[in-house]
Amino acid sequence: MRPVYMIGGGITKFAKAHPEKDFRLMVKEAFDYALADLPRLGRAEIDGSVCSYFSDHFTRQLKAGAMVQDYLGLCPKPSRRIEGGGATGGLCFQAAWEAVASGRMEVCLAMGFETMSRVNTWKGNEFIALASDTNFDYPVGGFYTGYYAMMVRRHMHEFGTTVEQLAKVAVKNHRNALHNPYAQSPAALTVADVRSAPLVATPLTIRDCCQMSDGAAVAILAAEGAAERLCDRPVRIAGIGCGTDAMRMADRPHGPVLLLPHETVADYAGLRYPGVHSFRGGRSAAKLAYEMAGIADPGKELDFVELHDAYTSSEIQTYEDLGLCRYGEGGGYVDAGAPFLANLDYGLDFSAPGRWRRLPVNPSGGLLACGHPVGATGLMQAVFAFWQLQGTIGKHLGDATLQLAEPRRGLIHSHAGTGTYITVSILESV
Amino acid sequence: MDKNAKLPENETGAVLFNVEPIILKYHYEIDYLHSYAQDSPFFAGLAHGKLLGSRCTGCGHVYATPRGHCMECGAATAWAELPTEGRVHTYTTCYYGGEAFLEETPFTLILVEFERVDTLFLSRLVGVEPDEVTIGMPVRAKFRRNSTFRPTDVYFVPL
Repeated sequence: MRPVYMIGGGITKFAKAHPEKDFRLMVKEAFDYALADLPRLGRAEIDGSVCSYFSDHFTRQLKAGAMVQDYLGLCPKPSRRIEGGGATGGLCFQAAWEAVASGRMEVCLAMGFETMSRVNTWKGNEFIALASDTNFDYPVGGFYTGYYAMMVRRHMHEFGTTVEQLAKVAVKNHRNALHNPYAQSPAALTVADVRSAPLVATPLTIRDCCQMSDGAAVAILAAEGAAERLCDRPVRIAGIGCGTDAMRMADRPHGPVLLLPHETVADYAGLRYPGVHSFRGGRSAAKLAYEMAGIADPGKELDFVELHDAYTSSEIQTYEDLGLCRYGEGGGYVDAGAPFLANLDYGLDFSAPGRWRRLPVNPSGGLLACGHPVGATGLMQAVFAFWQLQGTIGKHLGDATLQLAEPRRGLIHSHAGTGTYITVSILESV
Repeated sequence: MDKNAKLPENETGAVLFNVEPIILKYHYEIDYLHSYAQDSPFFAGLAHGKLLGSRCTGCGHVYATPRGHCMECGAATAWAELPTEGRVHTYTTCYYGGEAFLEETPFTLILVEFERVDTLFLSRLVGVEPDEVTIGMPVRAKFRRNSTFRPTDVYFVPL
C-alpha cells in the first residue's frame, strides 16, 4: 500500500429539508465547491468515485449512486456504492483510501448524500430502525433512540454517568456550531434546556439526539504525486481502522477489553466488556488506526476528534472506545472540560481541570448540531478535519473561531447500528 | 398507423404538496413474504408458551435470542428452553418511536438477563410505571394467548 492524501473537500449546508434540489444537485454543489478550492484539478484527472448513501427507502431511487456519477459528468469512469448504516460515510472514505492505496486510482472522489426529508420524521425513524434485526429487534423496539437509551442506562449503572454529563455534550456541540454556517441546528443551550426538552426515550431528551437531514459532502483523495501536484496543503491519511459487533446488542458477549498501547490489563480488572455500555467495534477500529498511524497514546497525540455523536450518550461512550480516557471515565472527561474548545464560553464550570489534556471533540458541532444526512455525515467529518489541518477553517466557514492553533493530527469516527460497523481514520498535516 | 392515437385519460391526478419545486405525494405499499427460516421454532415456541434460546453443541455458549450457529465457535446450536424468570439488565421508556409504533407509546423496553445464559433478551415490560423500573428488578415472562408469531408474543411483567 502507498501513502494516501486528502486534497479537497466540500459540503452543502445540512438542513431539515432541501426540497429545491435533489441528491444529484446537492452532491454536485459539494463537488463544485471542492473543485473550486482545488483549481489545478480537472474532472479528467479524477479516476473514479465511491458513492455513499444509507437508505434506498429515503431515496425511493435504487442505484442512485449511478445517477450522481452521471450528473457530475464522471461517466464512464469506475464507481460503486458503499452502504453501512450510520457508518456509510466513514466506510466510503476508507473505500476511496483503498482505491488509491492499492494503486488502482491516482485520484478518487468519495461522495455521499442523504435526503431524509422525503418522509416524515416518524417514518424516517422506522426506516432507520429497519437497520436493526427485523426478526427480533425491530418488532419489539422499532426505534434506535430506545436502543441507545438502554445502552446509556447501563453505562450510568456501571459507571455513575449522569444525565447532566450527557447534557453538557449537547451544550458543547450546539455551542461550537454557532460558528459553523453549514450546521443545521446551532444553539446556545444550557444543561437545563437539554434536560427540560421533551423525553424521547428515557433518559434521552430530544436535545440528546441528532436530527435527520438533507445534505451532501465529498472528499477527494489522491496518491502522493498527484497530491503534491494538485494541492498546496494536502493532508495525509495516516491510519484507518474498522470494527464490527453483533447486530443485536443483546448478543454482545463479555470478555477482556481490547487494549490500546497506553493501557494495561489492570486498568480494567473486573470490567464486564463490552456488554451494552461500550462499543467493541469502535475499540477495534481505533486500535487498527492507531497502529497504522503509530499512535501510542491518543489522548496525548491527537489534537482534535470529529466523532459520531448521534446521541450525547454515544459521544461519551466513544471517548472511552477511542482511549481518550479509560472505560467508565467518559462522564468525568466531560466534567473536566477536556473535549471543549478552549476559546469558547459554554456557561459551564469545569471540575478537575488538567486531569486530561484538552482535546476538542466535535469542534464542528458534530452530528448533534450539524445534522445527520447519513451518507454524507462521515465525509462531512473528513472535510472539517481536512480544513482544520489545513488551517483553512476561517476561509471556509467565514469565521475562524473553530480553527485550532496548528493542529497536527485529527481523528474522524463513523458509527453504525448499535455499534455494528465503526470506522476510525487518522488525518495528519504534512 | 393511427395519427389520432391518444393516451387514455384518467382522473387519478396528483396529490400536489407544493409548486416551485413541485412536490408530489406518493403512496408506497408492499407485501413481503418474510420467512423466519431457521429461527422459526422460536416463534412456534412462543405460541406454546415457551421461550426458546440456543445452546451451542460445540462450546456450550447459551444465547437468549436464538441463533442457528454459534458466534463463538461456529458450531450448530440446539434449542434450549430459557427460564421464565430473569432480571432487568437495562431499560428505557420510549415516548416516541418509528411510525408503526407510535400508537403503542409510551412503552418500556428492557434487556433481560437470565441465570446461566450468556446473552440478553430484548422485550417489552408491562405493568410498571416508567419510574418504577430499576436495573436488577426481577421479571417474569408472559405469553399472548393468541399468537401473532412476532417476538412481542412474549413480554415481561414484574415478579
